[in-house]
Amino acid sequence: MEFAMKMNEPAQSSRIKVRVSKLNLFYGSFQALKNIDMDIEENQVTALIGPSGCGKSTFLKCINRMNDLIGGCRVEGDILIDGADIYKDGIDIAYLRKEVGMVFQKPNPFEMSIFDNIAYGPRIHGLRDRKKLEIIVERSLKQAALWDEVKDRLHQSAIGLSGGQQQRLCIARVLAVEPSVVLMDEPTSALDPISTGKIEELIAELKNDYTIIIVTHNMQQAARVSDKTAFFLLGDMVEMGDTRQIFQLPRDKRTEDYITGRFG
Amino acid sequence: MKTRVEYDHQLEALKHEIIRMGSLVEQLLAGSMKALVERDYEKAAQIMDSDDEIDDLQLEIEEHCITLIATQQPLAGDLRIIFAAIKMATDLERIADYGVGIAKMAIRLKDEEYIKPLIDLPRMTDIACEMLVSSVRAFATGDSQLAIDTANRDNSLDALFKQIYRELLTYVLENSKHINQMMAFVLIARYLERVGDHITNICESVVYNKTGERLDLD
Amino acid sequence: MNKDFGLTKEFVLKNRAKQKRRQRTAFVFLYLAAGIAVGVLLVIIGFIFANGLKEISWEFLTSGVKDAGREGGIFPLIINTLYLVGLGLLFAAPLAVLAAIYMTEYSKQGAVISVIRFFTTNLAGIPSIIFGLFGYMFFTKMLGWSWSLLSGSATIAVVILPTLIRTSEEAIMTVPAGYKEGSLALGATKWQTMRKVVIPTASPGIINGIILGMGRIFGETAALFFTLGSGTEIANSLMDSARSLSLHLYTLAKQGISPGKSYATATVLVVIVLILNLIAGIFDRRINRYKENR
Repeated sequence: MEFAMKMNEPAQSSRIKVRVSKLNLFYGSFQALKNIDMDIEENQVTALIGPSGCGKSTFLKCINRMNDLIGGCRVEGDILIDGADIYKDGIDIAYLRKEVGMVFQKPNPFEMSIFDNIAYGPRIHGLRDRKKLEIIVERSLKQAALWDEVKDRLHQSAIGLSGGQQQRLCIARVLAVEPSVVLMDEPTSALDPISTGKIEELIAELKNDYTIIIVTHNMQQAARVSDKTAFFLLGDMVEMGDTRQIFQLPRDKRTEDYITGRFG
Repeated sequence: MKTRVEYDHQLEALKHEIIRMGSLVEQLLAGSMKALVERDYEKAAQIMDSDDEIDDLQLEIEEHCITLIATQQPLAGDLRIIFAAIKMATDLERIADYGVGIAKMAIRLKDEEYIKPLIDLPRMTDIACEMLVSSVRAFATGDSQLAIDTANRDNSLDALFKQIYRELLTYVLENSKHINQMMAFVLIARYLERVGDHITNICESVVYNKTGERLDLD
Repeated sequence: MNKDFGLTKEFVLKNRAKQKRRQRTAFVFLYLAAGIAVGVLLVIIGFIFANGLKEISWEFLTSGVKDAGREGGIFPLIINTLYLVGLGLLFAAPLAVLAAIYMTEYSKQGAVISVIRFFTTNLAGIPSIIFGLFGYMFFTKMLGWSWSLLSGSATIAVVILPTLIRTSEEAIMTVPAGYKEGSLALGATKWQTMRKVVIPTASPGIINGIILGMGRIFGETAALFFTLGSGTEIANSLMDSARSLSLHLYTLAKQGISPGKSYATATVLVVIVLILNLIAGIFDRRINRYKENR
């Protein structure tokens, strides 16, 4: 039966990469996410929008289980990645986080060289071979469109890079562990418009090889970079659909009020 | 807290500009037919002047829309109303041009005796004006059903045009002396038929503004 | 807009003049205070140097104590002091860093942590003679280590431990949360994150704390009085009695043995402490440089 279902799936774009069903999340007695169902397609950019405190970042952190770090946080429901439940007992968190990379709001390169920043991930997962690491560093930096800018100073501190370069470095650092999903939590909110443009350009490129889920407060950014958009409000997912539809003809009044800036 | 108050004012103002333009165009169209029927050449000349105001208004609306797009990043319903407003202003301006066309015909025919009283052309004009008024009302109230109903009345304009065309053709075949007058009337009927098409477009814009659907109401 | 709050140009300018006068007065006092502070320090150092430098010779720095310090030099004491510093830090530093990691990263805010925090905040302010008494009773008597390098360095380790934990904790806490998140999100364990990202990032701060601890050891007398002993030879084993530069200085000065040698010893101590502070300053600047870029 399962086999038959798989056979019927269209081979290309519409394969479900992440399937979230009946997801509830509690911080103590406060319910931060309410019964979220969401299918995220492979090789697409899914944007999560909504006002501050609506649960979109919390939701994002469920997908690589970064919420585990928060005391009193309890998750109910399922998140399946490639059909495997990531909240099942015995799941390996290190491997999960390798597969599901995360880029943060504020660029957070480590206080080490550019090379060591990129090599950090492969190294903690046990890769020691210098030759291989060099290849990984070069390829990751190229993928993040940073190679040309830093190739002559790989062994200088990453802290000396500009904010936009630092963020691309962080993206490269994530790509170096060969994830299949990349989570981005407001990746450009600390950047100037030019750097923001470069990151957006990069997202469009990366889409071909990765499934990207991006939280953004910038409506235009969601409209520009994403294929699907989901609108969160007070822990509910109000509406999800094609980005074109959400920004032209949202079905829910609350979505319309939010994206046209009339929320509240 | 209420946000984007200024933006809302501007969108509201845009809507009022469209309504005002609709009413000006309706006056122009009705006036031009009146000038034709009553052979009031002064009025016809006045009408040709008043078209300038409508042209200015169209430019103003377009300017307004471009500014809103450039400065406010309109989305969803706001984006639709702006898109609809641009299209409606274009259609309204074209309708006004047809009105001016009718006024020109009135002046051109000033030395000729009409061979028959004008009945069907004023009827077409009445229908067109009613349609115009209700399409603008549909826009103002966001009533897409009214817009659809209005667009459906375009059939009667088409039917009247065909009828007038055949009638005038018979006249011309019987007596080619009045061919100048006859061709003018055919053109006017054709103008009015086109006015109906533009009103249909306006109705489509109204429906798009309201529902996001791109209907073909022809 | 109504402009009826009374903030007219005349009003603002009148007050501006008053504020400027006050600022000038305040600056005068600030300069004065700073001048006095620096002046006192310079006078002290100058006084010591003036009296001490002429007594310092190559022989003084390289030969042993003779005749209870009336003659000879302080070479064995420099070595003993370095032993003391080395051993004290060897005992205290790893303990402090591990405790700081535990306190900042691993413990849930519970009873254990409150006890340690109480310990670190309150013990740092206790007069070191109390530590000396403790060391005497515990290390010297109870454990039977007698007056020895071991007793002394164990006691001094206890003295600097609270400060060291405190500074290490602070250094670890200034590491941005984003670094930890970034590392964990790549699949690193908590310990990998600690070892490879957090501690290296915090290390200038930790080292700064260690250097300040070293200064404390150099200057300490009270805690060593009853524990280190007064041996004037280079210690051959942990159980040998020894004497640090400060203790020597104390003995020389208190018993009026040789004012000249006291000043010379004091000069050496001051120079060492100044050098340490200079190094600490460099590390401080390194930390701040990182912070600017965050």
